[in-house]
Amino acid sequence: MDYSIKIGGEAGQGIQTIGDTLAKVFSKTGYHVFTHQDYESRIRGGHNFFQIRLSNKPISASRNKIDILVALDKESILLYKNELSEQGIAIYDSSALRQKYEGKKLLDVPFETLAVEHGKDRIMANTVATGAVLGMLGLKLDILFEIINDIFRKKGEDVIKGNINAVKAGYDFASKNCTDCSFSIKEPAEESLMLINGVEAIGLGAISSGCKFYSAYPMTPSTGILNFMSEKAEGYGIVVEQAEDEIAAINMTIGASFAGVRAMTGTSGGGFALMVEGLSLAGMTETPVVIALGQRPGPATGFPTRTEQAELMFVLHTAHGEFPRLVFAPGTPEQAFYLTNKAFDIAERFQIPAFILFDQYLADSAWTFGRFDLSKIKYNDYRLRGNDFKKLGSYKRHAFTDTGVSPLAVPGDARHVVVTDSDEHDEEGHIVEDAETRIKMVQKRLLKKIPLIRQEMSQPILYGADKPDIVIVGWGSTYGVMKEAVDALSPPRPPLIKGGQRGGIAMLHFSEIYPFPSSPKFLHILNKAKKAICIENNATGQFARLMREETGYEFKYKINKYDGRPFIIEDLIGEINAVIG
Amino acid sequence: MPSLDDYKGQMPAWCPGCGNFPILKTFKDAVVELGLEPHQFTIVSGIGQAGKFPHYLKCNTFNGLHGRTLPVSTGIRLANHDMIVIAVAGDGDCYGEGGNHLLHAIRRNINIKLFVHDNQVYGLTKGQASPTSMEEMKTKVQPFGVLSEQLNPMALAVALDCSFAARSFAGDISHLKEMIKESIKHKGFSLVDILQPCVVFNKINTYEWYKKRVYHIEAGYDPTNRIEAFKKALEWGDKIPIGVIYRNNRPAFEERMPIIKDKPLIKQGFDMSKIEAALKGFY
Repeated sequence: MDYSIKIGGEAGQGIQTIGDTLAKVFSKTGYHVFTHQDYESRIRGGHNFFQIRLSNKPISASRNKIDILVALDKESILLYKNELSEQGIAIYDSSALRQKYEGKKLLDVPFETLAVEHGKDRIMANTVATGAVLGMLGLKLDILFEIINDIFRKKGEDVIKGNINAVKAGYDFASKNCTDCSFSIKEPAEESLMLINGVEAIGLGAISSGCKFYSAYPMTPSTGILNFMSEKAEGYGIVVEQAEDEIAAINMTIGASFAGVRAMTGTSGGGFALMVEGLSLAGMTETPVVIALGQRPGPATGFPTRTEQAELMFVLHTAHGEFPRLVFAPGTPEQAFYLTNKAFDIAERFQIPAFILFDQYLADSAWTFGRFDLSKIKYNDYRLRGNDFKKLGSYKRHAFTDTGVSPLAVPGDARHVVVTDSDEHDEEGHIVEDAETRIKMVQKRLLKKIPLIRQEMSQPILYGADKPDIVIVGWGSTYGVMKEAVDALSPPRPPLIKGGQRGGIAMLHFSEIYPFPSSPKFLHILNKAKKAICIENNATGQFARLMREETGYEFKYKINKYDGRPFIIEDLIGEINAVIG
Repeated sequence: MPSLDDYKGQMPAWCPGCGNFPILKTFKDAVVELGLEPHQFTIVSGIGQAGKFPHYLKCNTFNGLHGRTLPVSTGIRLANHDMIVIAVAGDGDCYGEGGNHLLHAIRRNINIKLFVHDNQVYGLTKGQASPTSMEEMKTKVQPFGVLSEQLNPMALAVALDCSFAARSFAGDISHLKEMIKESIKHKGFSLVDILQPCVVFNKINTYEWYKKRVYHIEAGYDPTNRIEAFKKALEWGDKIPIGVIYRNNRPAFEERMPIIKDKPLIKQGFDMSKIEAALKGFY
């Protein structure tokens, strides 16, 4: 069982509400879900879609065939009619679209009329559509009723009743009239799954790491984190401040961290360009900060609401001067959750800036998982506070140590003063001009720390054959689609390749990018493969360049996609096959 | 009680005769008189001659980037509002590079004390015009004289309803000390624009020039009258008023932020057991 549903329409028509609700119904029922969104940079009009895939097996990307299309505008039918699978059906409301379509793949469902008749309000047309989809699939309605109760509790019984009646009307209409519907829904394999997207997972990772301060300027695709942190501010004691610009956002974050709390900011490429000076400040003053950087296609304003992986080189090389930094690029919301925690831990332990590099595709895609395991969350307070600080005989903020890590004290907790400077400084933090101190500070701040940070970096994930002929390599949000490509291209029964023998296909996925993990192991896999292909959502192959820079390995084969859209399974498989030959 | 001995700092690298010296001396006197200890406040400074200020006394110090004193100060205050935060900047730093931050810090009314060492010229970069340079002042970079209108920080502050706006003069240290103390005691954002001669690069606005013009604002003046304050703020030229130009009692940002109303953020522990509830929202 593997079905895809696409909801298409104009901005403001509520396609996200239908999509989110359906995804929630499926995940709560126990089905695996993957959603992805495609929208324009506008509030009303234009054309957007929301795609949901559901299965009773884990899934991690979108497919190119649609089984149910909910068309809220004419364009949806025009654009996606040909994407319908063999058993695919499109539903639409001929009175709302002012057009009647012929053909057995197109089912006219009077969303608006049913909404007025049963829900007593035309606004419930989308609720009718949601009910109709469940009717076509033959799923039970009780979970949707629970969700409706939750959403509209504050609006009162009448609204709840209206929505429930609207759902039933859509459900009954579809059950009765969709005579060509031949979907066979299997029992779910799981009980109830959690449904979470990339930005929510980053936010959840932040609050699980004791993040107390978040400052940002709104910018797609990072705004979801700002929303999440604001929603949790009261319950979790987090100060969230919308800054006047990104320069202020990172400087406020640095100020809060200097004062003694875990602090984070988030932005996208253009906003990050403004933060770069502040990044260097964090590097010089050794102030821990976490920066969530959501990539979208540039240059300049680019495609504000679309996806690309073109800021890897930017994030690695930007900012004046030399200082250590940490870069993680999670491939799934689950990885985003745990890596955000790891970023907070390493940032504070080594007093460096740490990045969560994601993109619009990961930000807005919701995945299902069992449960996140809070016992895997690491929380150590590395700051020098209270009595531990008071009982010191003297204190130097930037004292020379074997590891390069100096005590990070909370100003005000003791009579010692805490001094730091963006100028080159001595151990106490005061401005210096001499060469000798400069050399020792560079060694302390940079050269001593980097090998220690590198030791914390995990190896890339190898998925598929253990001695592969074909290796596909990627980083960040392409994890899911590459994994599905490996599944599709692997022999049906894995033991076909006997232990010890070389063959088959595998994926090497990097989520802990910098300092680049050191290991001859993945290099060995690459060197032994007949063909290794680097797959990236950018034009120039930035990760391939990083691999060559760090290891000397040069990819002969690359698949690059730079149309602002994510990879879709079948398309990627086609491209991989073209390389394999 | 703290004494001046507690405030011995590094050797200043300012030019002899620099207007920063009396400001430094007066600042130390003011904090000693207020009974403040070095660990009880943080000076956030930027870049420029004023940026070096905190190194020349002793206190918690964040000497950050040019123009960015206010956002760093804001972050510190939001994380720990038991900490007194003083931002020290020059006119180029605060009215030029960091102008946007000034607008929004005033709007927030966050309890930061901003002392602007306003010498109406760029010192560290050797003599270019600053936002407060008077029109027609000629420099290497402005050979035809300054063409832009001189920024009026006091008028700006009154226009934005800044909760404390005062002007003082480095050549009148008893007045300056009172302004510094008033500012530190004020609950809310406070801007003190300190007229400070630059003996090397500003040949117009010298000690003599200021001394001839500055006068103490008259005793009957009501700094809570915004319209009168705006009129006072516009005075510049033959007569330059020094004193508290405007004040109001808008509640400070920290008092209005529910999360930190009762306890500074740094004193609020982290409770991992509450995270499970956030996770449940996704089941």
